[in-house]
Amino acid sequence: MRITVTVDGTPCTDDVEPRTLLVHHLRERIGKVGTVVGCDTSNCGACTVHLDGHSVKSCSVLAVQADGCEVTTIEGLARDGELHPVQQAFHENHALQCGFCTPGMIMQSIDLLADDPDPDEQAVREGLEGNLCRCTGYQNIVRAVRDAAHRMRPAAGPEAGRLASDTASRVGAGGE
Amino acid sequence: MTSTIEPEIGKSRRRKEDERLITGRTRWTDNLTLPGMLHLAVLRSPFAHARIVSIDVTEAKSAPGVVAVFTGKDLDPESAIGMPCAWPITPDMKSPRRPILASDTVNFAGEGVAVVVARTAAEAHDALEAIDVEYAELPVVLGLENALADGAPLVHEDLGTNQNAVWVFDSADAGTGSSVEDAISHSEVVLKRRFRQQRLVPAFMEPRACVVDPTGSQLVMWSATQVPHILKTMTAATLGLPEHKVRVIAPDVGGGFGGKIAVLPEEMMATLIAQRLGKPVKWTESRSETMVAAHHGRDQIQDLTITANRDGTVTGLKVELLADMGAYLGLVGPGVPILGAFMFNAIYKFPAYHFVCTNVFTNTTLTDAYRGAGRPEATFGIERMMDELAVELGMDPMEIREKNWIRHEEFPFTTVAGLTYDSGDYEAATAKAKELFDYDGLRREQKERRESGDPVQLGIGISTFTEMCGLAPSRVLGSLDYAAGGWEHAEIRVLPTGKIEVITGASAHGQGHETAWSQIVADKLGVPFEDIEVIHGDTQSSHKGMDTYGSRSLVVGGIAVVKAADKVLAKAKPIAAHLMECSEDDLEFSAGEFSVKGTKVSTSIQDIAWAVFSAHNLPDGVEPSLDSSDTFDPENFSFPHGTHLCAAEVDTETGRVRLRSYVCVDDVGVAVNPLIVEGQVHGGLAQGIAQALFEEAVHDEGGTLTTGTFADYLLPSAVDLPSFTTDRTETPSTTNPLGAKGVGEAGTIASTPAVVNAVIDAVRHFGVNDIEMPLTPMRVWHAIQHGSAAAGGLGSEAGGGLGSIDATGGAQ
Repeated sequence: MRITVTVDGTPCTDDVEPRTLLVHHLRERIGKVGTVVGCDTSNCGACTVHLDGHSVKSCSVLAVQADGCEVTTIEGLARDGELHPVQQAFHENHALQCGFCTPGMIMQSIDLLADDPDPDEQAVREGLEGNLCRCTGYQNIVRAVRDAAHRMRPAAGPEAGRLASDTASRVGAGGE
Repeated sequence: MTSTIEPEIGKSRRRKEDERLITGRTRWTDNLTLPGMLHLAVLRSPFAHARIVSIDVTEAKSAPGVVAVFTGKDLDPESAIGMPCAWPITPDMKSPRRPILASDTVNFAGEGVAVVVARTAAEAHDALEAIDVEYAELPVVLGLENALADGAPLVHEDLGTNQNAVWVFDSADAGTGSSVEDAISHSEVVLKRRFRQQRLVPAFMEPRACVVDPTGSQLVMWSATQVPHILKTMTAATLGLPEHKVRVIAPDVGGGFGGKIAVLPEEMMATLIAQRLGKPVKWTESRSETMVAAHHGRDQIQDLTITANRDGTVTGLKVELLADMGAYLGLVGPGVPILGAFMFNAIYKFPAYHFVCTNVFTNTTLTDAYRGAGRPEATFGIERMMDELAVELGMDPMEIREKNWIRHEEFPFTTVAGLTYDSGDYEAATAKAKELFDYDGLRREQKERRESGDPVQLGIGISTFTEMCGLAPSRVLGSLDYAAGGWEHAEIRVLPTGKIEVITGASAHGQGHETAWSQIVADKLGVPFEDIEVIHGDTQSSHKGMDTYGSRSLVVGGIAVVKAADKVLAKAKPIAAHLMECSEDDLEFSAGEFSVKGTKVSTSIQDIAWAVFSAHNLPDGVEPSLDSSDTFDPENFSFPHGTHLCAAEVDTETGRVRLRSYVCVDDVGVAVNPLIVEGQVHGGLAQGIAQALFEEAVHDEGGTLTTGTFADYLLPSAVDLPSFTTDRTETPSTTNPLGAKGVGEAGTIASTPAVVNAVIDAVRHFGVNDIEMPLTPMRVWHAIQHGSAAAGGLGSEAGGGLGSIDATGGAQ
């Protein structure tokens, strides 16, 4: 089946098997190997990407379902060589160790902040419930997300505009 | 040209590694695609014990995309030794040959029986369905005590027993202490307990994978491994290949926790198949495969006897362990419980000690190293015991610890297990932890809640611990019959422009070596942090090494870096003297500059690097290179320690446990990067708490793993864990020039008993003195309803009879 998915701003037209999962399509056909596979039960969240602005576990979406959609992966976050505030906050707060869960964590965190620009600790923990990390004990991830929220507030300067534009592209409540 | 002035060691540097990891430009093994590459998928036995009657691969061979199908009969004979075990702990240890693919019998559910090679991974997996295997089921043996019972089915019929090895340490025999039997006969209190260490899954986030390329002059294997150097040597030994024709690359590796220490049958299959087909092949496992086929951890039954006087002075400790090896021996599996032998006496001054461990085969996935490897199990046993002894004697659990621990002024201290602890200050760590925790205030609240009959009860758990870190001293490893040494290697290359390449044998899988090693070299050579590149994980560039496990990277590998940097300076010094036309004796080195004492004349490391490169003006006979390498093999382990305090709220109506606060003060000696130390502690705590509350690998009676996915195996998420309060004291190690002690395992080791002690403390007045891990709401609720004995009996062979108290002395 022929589909066109716009991935990180570039339209990609491919023939895919109907059973192909979006994550495999991204990794194996489009070469977006920044998105990784950590489990086969949609529990770990390592493969989280944005599909039309909402976070999805790309192992639970068929590639054909993404036909005509926009996908943002971890590789498409940094713009003009500048890291997304959430990426920056993960680095500053030592919110990663082995880094395997990190792309999914960052993508989910961005979605979470779009829903709730100023989450308290519990809200962050609940918002990341679908993403597993084995290295960090989550504490620094939670800290990073809250730090990113501060960085993205309107008063925080140009970075805040990023959130505004991300949020504007969303329709309704996102994610899973 | 002056370089860094501010010391790098001790600075919370943000990690160099992060940039590629947060932008998705990471080199995971599964990301790799080579021209012409084929994909492997492994067919795994659904039975825990069965004879393979026949395997029909005809249909699979003609399935779409399939290039070849191999069975055990095709591949296994190419290895004379089977999969290696490197730790024969006793001369008579039974070491059954583990095949690369099973061809006669399967001995655990998940063991490979055939492998498909296809153009795509999906086609390879599809074709597995077309393989027809006829199995004749054999009796399954599960459970340590069942396996040792008379008439038990045998995992390996030809061995005639399920007993793998018995390893004994006795302080009276070793001359390190007195007789435990005497202590049992003569002490005022003899307390016995049985604890179970449930089986755990390491659950690194990146599933295992390898790519093997046979097309060059060397066979190149990329693998998600913790041990590229060991893997290279073991691949050569296992398959009879010339070692110099094998190169192993561990690119970015997504966690290990000991779980990627093994040499894999899949790596051997991939190598053989790549060679036969003359094409690159890739194998990547699914999470469900990881759960059954990657090794598990823990799985012990501990029978402990502690003896003491009524004043609380401990007089002896007897440890009888049963340890489940699974169906075969892992690379270091037999040695894991033995490491615990040295840690059961922990921080306490036991005059008498006896340890005996029986390793047992069962029809389960093999067990091997898992974060802490033997030491979490031991620390759990002794820290639970100290609480039980405190209750028996009517003492505060902190008081009994303080009464028996080694005092600061007593270091160095040789323990009853024969180890010499170089330094430590348990008083300082404990005082700091108690203050942060508000120990006295929480005790008051606990009393109030108990008196008011609050449905939510409060418990306080203590774990004052030490561990042996820096698994290295080669002579010690040799005395324990470990096959390899424990040294580590480093090389420093000074490039013409004054930039530095550091090559380390300690291959990282998420710990931040690139950052910490850069900090060390920046301090030693006075070059900017940014001018240093750390290279690891490729046996071609890093040709010598013993890799990363047992919290050895910094305290062994980091010291090799220090020694290599010292050599760079030693080589630079005569050149500096020559360039400045002075005597070497007149030179001093600081912040990257050699200067002539008492003058402003100086030359930098960078200047010397260029002078060496140009070689226009060097002293006679001097090698035009500053490059240096060295190895470090420490004389002793290092002994980080700490005090962990946990406050747990237990809902007595539902059994639900909520961790209200968790405070730990760890002493890891000098912290090269406090930020990384803190991160390691956090992650370790999460894993140890998860053992206490959430995780358990469970088999059904047929030997099928019923917790075979992340949907069934409860890896905690962010909502399941609290924020931790962490702090440090700093008592430098005296056994290495950095004063560092290691931190990778500390949190995991200390936290499990702290949490369990807290929960038991909360519900002890219901007659509870033990609950089997993990402390699920059901188990906690059941314990509250019926007391410990009943609680322990929930579906576990080790459950019955937990917690018998024998305070009369003597009898067992």
